[in-house]
Amino acid sequence: MIPPSFDYHAPDNLEEASRLLLANPEAKLLAGGHSLIPMMRFRLAEPSALVDLRKIPGLSGIREEGGSLCIGAMTRESELEKSELVQSRYPLLADTTRVIADPVVRNLATIGGNVAHADPGNDHPAAMLAYRASFLACGPSGERTFAASDFFTGPFSTCLEAGEILTGIRIPASGPGSGGAYQKFERKVGDYAVAAVAVHLQLDGGRVAGAGVALTNVGLTAIQAGAAEAALVGSDGGDAALDAAAEAAAAAADPADDHRGSADYKRAVVRVLTHRAASSALARAREAS
Amino acid sequence: MSSHQISVTINGEQHTREVEARLLLVHFIREELGLTGTHIGCDTTSCGACTVLLNGAPAKSCTVFAVAADGAEVTTVEGLGNGGLHPVQQGFTEKHGLQCGFCTPGMMLTSKALLDENPDPSEAEIRWGISGNLCRCTGYVNIVKAVQRASELMKENSDG
Repeated sequence: MIPPSFDYHAPDNLEEASRLLLANPEAKLLAGGHSLIPMMRFRLAEPSALVDLRKIPGLSGIREEGGSLCIGAMTRESELEKSELVQSRYPLLADTTRVIADPVVRNLATIGGNVAHADPGNDHPAAMLAYRASFLACGPSGERTFAASDFFTGPFSTCLEAGEILTGIRIPASGPGSGGAYQKFERKVGDYAVAAVAVHLQLDGGRVAGAGVALTNVGLTAIQAGAAEAALVGSDGGDAALDAAAEAAAAAADPADDHRGSADYKRAVVRVLTHRAASSALARAREAS
Repeated sequence: MSSHQISVTINGEQHTREVEARLLLVHFIREELGLTGTHIGCDTTSCGACTVLLNGAPAKSCTVFAVAADGAEVTTVEGLGNGGLHPVQQGFTEKHGLQCGFCTPGMMLTSKALLDENPDPSEAEIRWGISGNLCRCTGYVNIVKAVQRASELMKENSDG
């Protein structure tokens, strides 16, 4: 399958990239291309132009700075997978990265693309909601920061304006007593989730002081399950709290019947995965205390 | 529609061509350069038959525009052995890590990159490492044995 024709640009700075996007309203940004190029080949996307980000310096990298884990939008999934910092201190992100697509895809796919493409089946959005991450963007309005909870406005839709480019991700730095987990149920390697659940917990003196719970592919966007978070906060992380959180997460899910299963089945999967993810997050948070 | 002059080093040899922006790397390799060892399987970023090494890392060349590979170093199966058989090719030969052979070029390139990073992988690490390359014949048993054999051969070569 041959994609439709387009004009290709590979600017070496963000201002030029933004200008090209504004000048070509049907243009798309090209990062790793592993969502966009298949869509173009199926003619589900027919951009008039592609603006490739690969030559713009400074968009890639992983470091802790100013109380945050800072990740450049063009950082490849495989870089996250190989990052000692991510693997040792950010278990939710580590779990999430290793179940995205397959190892060959992860060599080119980027975290920024996974977030900004805003496919409800993508895995990073739920992890970002659970982490209370924020996103940095650059464009005609200058530099702007968005909370993950404000970012996803619908399937394949974000609050980015025309000409605005996601440049980086900030996750609150991991501290003592924090831990997380991502539980994904997929039919086979490389598939989108039937359902998946991201949990991030902060313990204080043996009790849950903060909780983030978010769901993948059971709604029009990733869903933050506020009631599940509330069921965990203040608890000792015992079975009753986990059961209540699992029930609340299943209630927050809004899945559709499709070839991956019925809505009822997916809600049941969310219930089970929430329990497992919370249990694993708790164990990791206790280990980090 | 735009066309661009690109220069890509494939198996050590630099190739400069004028290409349309929408030309995919796999078509550039097969049709422009005639290197048909890189196969097209699913055409949808799933099967990995078109895997090449792009700057050393396995990539599905059906999901890369040739224009975006400008300046890159690419290794295809034709460049794997460098005259003789690479230990990975030797392993696939000895352990019969194939039946129809369609997935084999991509499977071997992914295996080479895996062994470069992890010279002594466990069976689970091998199965995980090749999970982006699909084989519909073998059930993977002999492929895993082939990668294990390649690992032995690479160790023997480096010891010797």
